[in-house]
Amino acid sequence: MPDSAVAENLLEIRDLVLEATSYPPGEPPKNVTLVHGVSLCLQKGKVLGLIGESGAGKSTIGLSAMAYGRGGVRITGGQVIVNGRDILKAGARGLRSLRGKEVTYVAQSAAAAFNPAKPLMGQVIETTLASGQIGRAEAEARAVDLFRQLGLPDPETIGTRFPHQVSGGQLQRVMTAMALCPKPDLVIFDEPTTALDVTTQIDVLAAIKRAIRETGVAALYITHDLAVVAQVADDIMVLRHGRTVEYGPCKQVIEAPQEEYTRALVSVRSIDHVEKAEAPPLLSIQNVTARYKGTGFDVLKNVSVDLPPGQTLAIVGESGSGKSTLARVITGLLPATRGHIRFDGRDLSPDLTGRTRDDLRELQMIYQMADVAMNPRQTVETIIGRPLEFYFGLRGEAKRKRVQELLDQIEMGHGFADRYPAELSGGQKQRVCIARALAAKPKLIICDEVTSALDPLVADGILKLLLNLQAEEGVAYLFITHDLATVRAIADRIAVMFKGQVQRYGSKTDVLSPPFDDYTDLLLSSVPEMRLGWLEEVLAHRRMASAGN
Amino acid sequence: MTLHPVARLAAQRIALGLLLLFAASVLIFLGTQILPGDVAQAILGRSATQQSLATLREQLGLNEPALTRYFSWLAGVLHGDLGIALSNGQPIAPALAKRLGNTLFLAGAAAVIAVPLAILLGLISVRYLNRWPDRLISAVTLATISVPEFLLGYIVIFFLAVQYQFLPSLSTVYDGMSFGARLHAIGLPVIVLVLAVLGHMMRMTRAAILNVMQSAYVETAELKGLRPFAIIAKHALPNAVAPVVNVVMLNLAYLVVGVVVVEVVFVYPGMGQYLVDHVAKRDVPVVQACGLVFAAVYIGLNLVADIVSILANPRLRHPR
Repeated sequence: MPDSAVAENLLEIRDLVLEATSYPPGEPPKNVTLVHGVSLCLQKGKVLGLIGESGAGKSTIGLSAMAYGRGGVRITGGQVIVNGRDILKAGARGLRSLRGKEVTYVAQSAAAAFNPAKPLMGQVIETTLASGQIGRAEAEARAVDLFRQLGLPDPETIGTRFPHQVSGGQLQRVMTAMALCPKPDLVIFDEPTTALDVTTQIDVLAAIKRAIRETGVAALYITHDLAVVAQVADDIMVLRHGRTVEYGPCKQVIEAPQEEYTRALVSVRSIDHVEKAEAPPLLSIQNVTARYKGTGFDVLKNVSVDLPPGQTLAIVGESGSGKSTLARVITGLLPATRGHIRFDGRDLSPDLTGRTRDDLRELQMIYQMADVAMNPRQTVETIIGRPLEFYFGLRGEAKRKRVQELLDQIEMGHGFADRYPAELSGGQKQRVCIARALAAKPKLIICDEVTSALDPLVADGILKLLLNLQAEEGVAYLFITHDLATVRAIADRIAVMFKGQVQRYGSKTDVLSPPFDDYTDLLLSSVPEMRLGWLEEVLAHRRMASAGN
Repeated sequence: MTLHPVARLAAQRIALGLLLLFAASVLIFLGTQILPGDVAQAILGRSATQQSLATLREQLGLNEPALTRYFSWLAGVLHGDLGIALSNGQPIAPALAKRLGNTLFLAGAAAVIAVPLAILLGLISVRYLNRWPDRLISAVTLATISVPEFLLGYIVIFFLAVQYQFLPSLSTVYDGMSFGARLHAIGLPVIVLVLAVLGHMMRMTRAAILNVMQSAYVETAELKGLRPFAIIAKHALPNAVAPVVNVVMLNLAYLVVGVVVVEVVFVYPGMGQYLVDHVAKRDVPVVQACGLVFAAVYIGLNLVADIVSILANPRLRHPR
């Protein structure tokens, strides 16, 4: 059916309304509106960045460009016009000719999005072959060209591999090739670099940007990271709670945001934290080496770091660098094979069973996934009250009063005491976990990626809370993270870890000031910055540096 | 020497299977020793004299210690000699081989129909999930597993042999019968067996595929615009092989080991009838031999299921 859509618009979304049914416990199911009348348009060869926190509706809007509702999401209003055709009115056959041909999709986790039982090549060329326009040999040649264009190693043979035989960053590029292979008009990139390490992200980002430019395809680029989208988008739409907050050219949104919410996003991680002076250590890790049972190699090699009382030591590194293993060694979950851990002037037993109750109490832990770190069938009061009973024998009214004090400290009202974890937001859950750790009156809290699963503004709130609590209670943090912006915001001392070794260690100023070793330089320069042209600058700089060598 | 992980795992399973078979042989032997009754008495009848009973026990080697008898039996089995049937004095191996051949023929015919049909019905159920084809398939297969086999047997005899006379109600087979005639003869028991095992395999296939349908790669396939049936068959099924193969093999083992009732209903000369006859005659060597064959079939098929599951895992088949 021909539509009156403006011809040059490849994609036009008008007044889109998306709904889903939610099933609150103990109540009848109800309809929830996820997206309230969003409109956008995209011309051929342009890139539109959709940005917002989780729950803003960005992925749901992206998928609606393929008329697809994930997990029971329904498109209940508006029009989605692709190449002049309202795809919401297309039948099953019409949608099959659209999906995977005119519009393709790159998922956040390519590792999960590839069929583990099949080699990559067959999956990459599947829709190209199904269209029947070219034969297998030609399709494979096209895929190999794309592999080469995306900078994949061994482009000729990588297609014969299975998904588990290829690294995460490479898999994300193979998925991009899969999306580009049928020569679509539009590709939807749904957080394509979010699950990657920062040093890998920059390569994938550069590859995606180059591929978009060279193939002339249009793209919807969905991310929660404004600094990333600033590198690839022509236009940016900021979304919140399913509504458009701001929509305009990339340069204007980044450099002169109109709305307060956008300004908050642009200026996020602006916490100014002055490092504290060096002092005798509370925790001293001396030449610790550790390995997991049944593996033939050490995951930690001769690690030595100190942490003074009331200060924060940030452990930075990529996945697999051994930073979480270090936490397991300190807590005694994984006894070190060599080395000592001194804590508050005494030697800690390497094994959990050898530790006293005070050892356990003074050393608490907060985890990345707050929702799985709490018993879903216990109320907030029971969760926070448990360490009060266990360590201090508090009961009844005394316990209740202490729980309320702790709720005050984490800036949550007393009304939350009777709630269950499922009734809390992500940030609130993490606050309850902090209160539970604090309830034990610890001297040291190990924070393992505690803000990684949170949206930037929520994460900022948690960091501010942690800093306030440190000032009040004098508690020390061992802060494990892969995010350098978080490190800048909170650390007094920093240890950069790489392949189980401490690559660089010292005060925050020293570690973050040149001259850098190669790895720290790579790590620091890979963190996306909130300005246009950053990606090109870094890449040009690296090309020059490698040409100089 | 480094072995491919699949070869290593398969070798482990095979070794474990052999160990299990050995343990089964011990249990079978012990079990038949505990059985009440006296073979010599059973052969000679109540009127036999003490003298003749003692002579017969001596001849049969029943006075030797149990351990000696076990090892001489085991040695015989390993050489393909299953012993002599007490009841008729004939060697067991040839008679048993013929019966086993008949049972495998019946089981094989049932499997050739039931396995592909169950998987196809499972795929159709998932394709039309919670719609009428799914509900119909579920209801029918549930009904057929719920009805006892002997009743199913009499129902099909009533309709297909008595009312319409498509197929014979007695599954008589004999040497020199043509393949087609044999198939015709076993038509009814095959139908009963298919109905008995279909539901189990179909429901497991449905459940295993439904589990996989939640995966992100199924969403990828949907976003590629593939046909729903192609998504289920090409993207979901290959990842559901392991659980499906396990339940298929359990049912195949059941087709060989658990067909006693069906064989009796249709008077089919298979392993089940052979076993029942000789239990009645207290013919211990035959019972032992049958037990051992059943154990071997059971362990063997489960071994195959294990190895196929290992092969179906791309991480093991193609290590990094």
